This record gives sequence, structure tokens and C-alpha cells, in this order.
Amino acid sequence: MDTPVLVTLIRLAYIVAAVLFVVGLHRMNSPATARNGNVISAVGMAIAVAAAGVDIATRPGGPENRLAWPIIGLGVVIGGGLGLYTARVVKMTAMPQLVSLFNAVGGGAAALVAVDEYINLTQHGDAIPLQASVATVLGVVIGCVTFSGSLVASGKLQGLVPGRPITFAGSQLVTAGLAFAALAFTALIILADAGVIGLPGALTLLFLALIVVAALTFGVTMVLPIGGADMPVVISLLNSFTGTAAAMAGFVINNPVLIIAGALVGAAGAILTKLMADAMNRSILSILVGGFGTGDATAGAAGAGATGSVREVTADDVAIQLAYAQSVIIVPGYGLAVAQAQHNVRELAELLEERGVDVKYAIHPVAGRMPGHMNVLLAEANVPYPQLKEMEEVNPEFPRADVALVVGANDVTNPAARTNPSSPIYGMPILNVDEAKNVVVIKRSMRPGYAGIDNELYLDPKTGMLFGDAKDALAGLINAVKAV
Amino acid sequence: MDETLLSALTVFVLAILVGFEVISKVPATLHTPLMSGANSIHGIVLVGAMFIAAVADDPLSQVLSFVAVVFAAMNVVGGYVVTDRMLQMFRRRDTARPATATERGTAATAAGTTAGSTRA
Repeated sequence: MDTPVLVTLIRLAYIVAAVLFVVGLHRMNSPATARNGNVISAVGMAIAVAAAGVDIATRPGGPENRLAWPIIGLGVVIGGGLGLYTARVVKMTAMPQLVSLFNAVGGGAAALVAVDEYINLTQHGDAIPLQASVATVLGVVIGCVTFSGSLVASGKLQGLVPGRPITFAGSQLVTAGLAFAALAFTALIILADAGVIGLPGALTLLFLALIVVAALTFGVTMVLPIGGADMPVVISLLNSFTGTAAAMAGFVINNPVLIIAGALVGAAGAILTKLMADAMNRSILSILVGGFGTGDATAGAAGAGATGSVREVTADDVAIQLAYAQSVIIVPGYGLAVAQAQHNVRELAELLEERGVDVKYAIHPVAGRMPGHMNVLLAEANVPYPQLKEMEEVNPEFPRADVALVVGANDVTNPAARTNPSSPIYGMPILNVDEAKNVVVIKRSMRPGYAGIDNELYLDPKTGMLFGDAKDALAGLINAVKAV
Repeated sequence: MDETLLSALTVFVLAILVGFEVISKVPATLHTPLMSGANSIHGIVLVGAMFIAAVADDPLSQVLSFVAVVFAAMNVVGGYVVTDRMLQMFRRRDTARPATATERGTAATAAGTTAGSTRA
């Protein structure tokens, strides 16, 4: 067998895989090509994994480990089966926590690869090259933080861990201490491997174990104080971390396709995180510091000038308003996602369209539980995506709309973001719902939204409040519209 | 620094730049599927897990590499499937799948019948 030719072919296969990853991501630019882009990326993954399999199979004398194939085969079947099953049965509303779970196992795998490779290097007794130890400890730290952090984030979204920010006296000190400990041990290992300080091999392994423990705990204490509504940003950040950890694992085993794919995802996650944080008018740092949404920090600024009375309306009133409107803009929010009312809202919209009403959906970039999540939910309910309008596109249309129907959205409709410089959400991009001729808000209660502040939109004389769970209220509206 | 590390670093930095360039053009609508799609790509760590499994010559390494393969395979398969499920839903009402004119007509009739019977 001509090994050099085969080695070249394997390397070329890695390049092809990398190209397919980039092309696949690029095709996710537009809804029309996105699905195809995902398939292209999956083909790239299959090529990379097949090339790695050929690489292992054709090594002179076969793999060093007789158990290699059983481990790989059984692992792929079990892991792949678990992934396939969970991905197929998950409800679309529970999808963010599943993405977070997949992110956790990816980070865990990257950390394990780095740990194992480092143990091997130590045991073989050779001097460990500096780049191997730097990449290893970075891979271990990042991978472990991602693993435990993503699990907590997933648990918060699933409701297994309370979604509210969890803090205790000195919790920030503990978190900072853990970060310091992880970095200190990292520095010690790197210095030892560089020959600057002398440490016996057993001691560096102990330090590696301590890094694992510190990083795992840090992941937990980092995510616990962050409120449930900030989880998307955190998941996106951790997604970026996992990419970086995979790239580090690529440095450790010197594999280009790991480096390229990991770096791609690292960059993607970073950009997404920034976009999400911008849309929420929060800095990434303030999200990570946590504790937002507890109410105490914002109590002083709340309700400035917000006096007036709330006008409550019935489903029949609203049905008449909607049925005789020319143009209706529906503003879906977190409450709609929680109540899983996406099918009801689509049914109502179709009823109205049959009566000749022009219906659009105004989608705030952070509506739902993740950016773009609302689009997925509405798409699941068969809402044609040309009806979904992004914020910049729909804002000029509000003054022409007869009715703006707000379903379970709050802070993203609060005019204080435009008008009240003392409001904590001042400057946040919002949907200009208050410019519509009439506003109807479906909401469970007058409870403030995530930012913990009052919404003066509810006190506007042209706003009618329809209290109730989004799903029940919409069902009532559908019946009332049918009866008009 | 040796030649291998330098070329690896070059590849790393260029890939980051490509990532920024490709991602920054994606509309907000697709951010969740994109995050999920990127999430599946870092499942590439499966390749790394396979390589450490190939040289795992003691029980500890064998256990570590087995868990790594399971984790990574779950990341890859689950990631792509759930992304596909999300993207499958992004479609215009009348082009749910590439259908022939006849099929589309039948589907429209069927939809009309269902809607009619619901209303009745």
C-alpha cells in the first residue's frame, strides 16, 4: 500500500470537509438555502469522520489499541442513538435547552480528548512540547467550563434549576477564586513543561485534576447567578467556548480539520453572542455579572411618570376591532412561547386574512427564548415566513396599522426605551407598538417583565388589556372572531 | 516555534476570520438555527475522540476515550438532526417541498377539505 498517497488523500479530505463547513454556514444566510446548507455541513462532517476512520485503519499494524474499533463503534452507536432520539422527540419549545445539552457534551468531549492526550504524553516520559501543554490545559479549562455551564443553562431553561438568578453571600468571590485557581494551576503546568520550574510528572497530573475540578465548579457558579431570560446569550457564549475548546484539542492532536471547524464555531458563537447582547441593550459583561431582573436594582427608576388607569377589554370587543381592521400587526413574545400558543396565533391570523385583513408579525430580535426562536415557533405553526417582519422593517408600518396585537411581549414594546433616559432599558431597540392606532395586549397579569419595570404602554388610553394565558385568550378571540 | 505549530496557528487565525465574515451576514431570523448548526460543527471533536481511542492502551484512556466518543457522537448526530428539524419549518405555505403541479393541486384540495371540515 502506498501510504504517502493515502496520507495525502486523507489530508485533502480534511480540506474538503473544512470547505463544506464554510459553504454550509454561508448557505444558512437565507431561509431558502439554509436547510441545504445544514446538509452540506453534515456531508463535510461525514467526510471528516470517514477520513479519520481510514487514517486509523490503515496505520501500519492497525490501531495500537485492540479495543479501538469496539470503543469507536459502540460509542458512535450509543452517542449517535441518544442524539438522534432526543433530537427527534424534542418539542420545538424545549429546543433551546437541547441545543445547550448538545453543547455541553461537545465541550465535555473536547475536555476529555485534551485530558487523555496529556496523560499519554506524561506517561511516555518524553519532554512535553510547550504548544501541547498550552493547548491541553486551555482545552481542559474551556471544555470543563462549557460542560458544567451548559448543563446548568439547560437545567434552568428546562426548569430543573430555578430560572431566577441564584446568588449567595460572597458568590462572586467564590467564582473569581475558582477562576484564579484554574488559571494559577494552568500557569504552573505550563511553566513546569517549559522547564522553568521543576515538578515531578505525578504532580502535574494532580494539578491537571485540580484544574478540571476548578473549571467544572466555575462553570456552575458562573451560570447560576444569571437569570433565565439571559440564558440565550450565555448558551451562545458557551457555544463559542466549545468551538475554541475543539480547536485547542486540534492543536493537541495536531489535526487541521479540528482547528478549522473549532475556530469557525468560536468566531460564529462570538458574533452571535454580541448580536444578542446588543439586541437586549446589555453588555456581555453585565450579563455575566448576573443578578439582573431581581427587581431591587431597578426599583428606583421604575414608574417615573407612569400614572393613569388600565383599560381592560373583553374578547368580544377585541374580536370586533380585529375583524373590521384593515391592517393588524401581531407582536409575539416570550409569553406566547411559554404558553405554546403559536398554533392559536396562526389560526387567528388566518381567520382574519379570510376576512381580508392584512396581517403581519413583528418579530423583535430577542423575542422568545433565543434570538430567532420566535421565527422557528411560528414556522412550526406553518406561518409563511414572508409574513414575519423584522424590527427595522416593521417599525415604519405601525402608524398605519389599525391594531397592534401584543401577545406575551413586554419589555420589547416599552416606549420608555425611547423616551425615558432614566429607565434601565433606555436605548434598547424596541417595536414601536405605541404608534399603532389601537393596541391590544394579551397578558396574564400586570406583573412587570424581565427588566422588572412598569410598561407605560399599558396605561396609554388607546391600549386595551386582555388578561389571560396567551393560549386561552387566543382561543377565546378565535371563537369571538368566528361569531362576528 | 516549529513549522507545524506555525502553520497550525496560521490556519487557526484564518479560520476565525472566515467565521466572522460568514456569520456576520446571517439575518436574525436564522440565529437560532445557526447557533444549532454551529453547535453541530464543533462535534468535529469526534475525530479527536477517535484518534485518542486508537492509541488508548490502558483502561483509564479507554474509558476516557469511550466517553469522549459517546459525547461527541451525540453532539454531531443530535445537532444536525435538530437543526434540520428547525430549518424544515422555514418554508413558504405553498412550497413545503418540491412538488409537481399535480401534487400541489392535490395538496391544496386536501388542505381545503380539512379546513372546510374544521369550520363545518
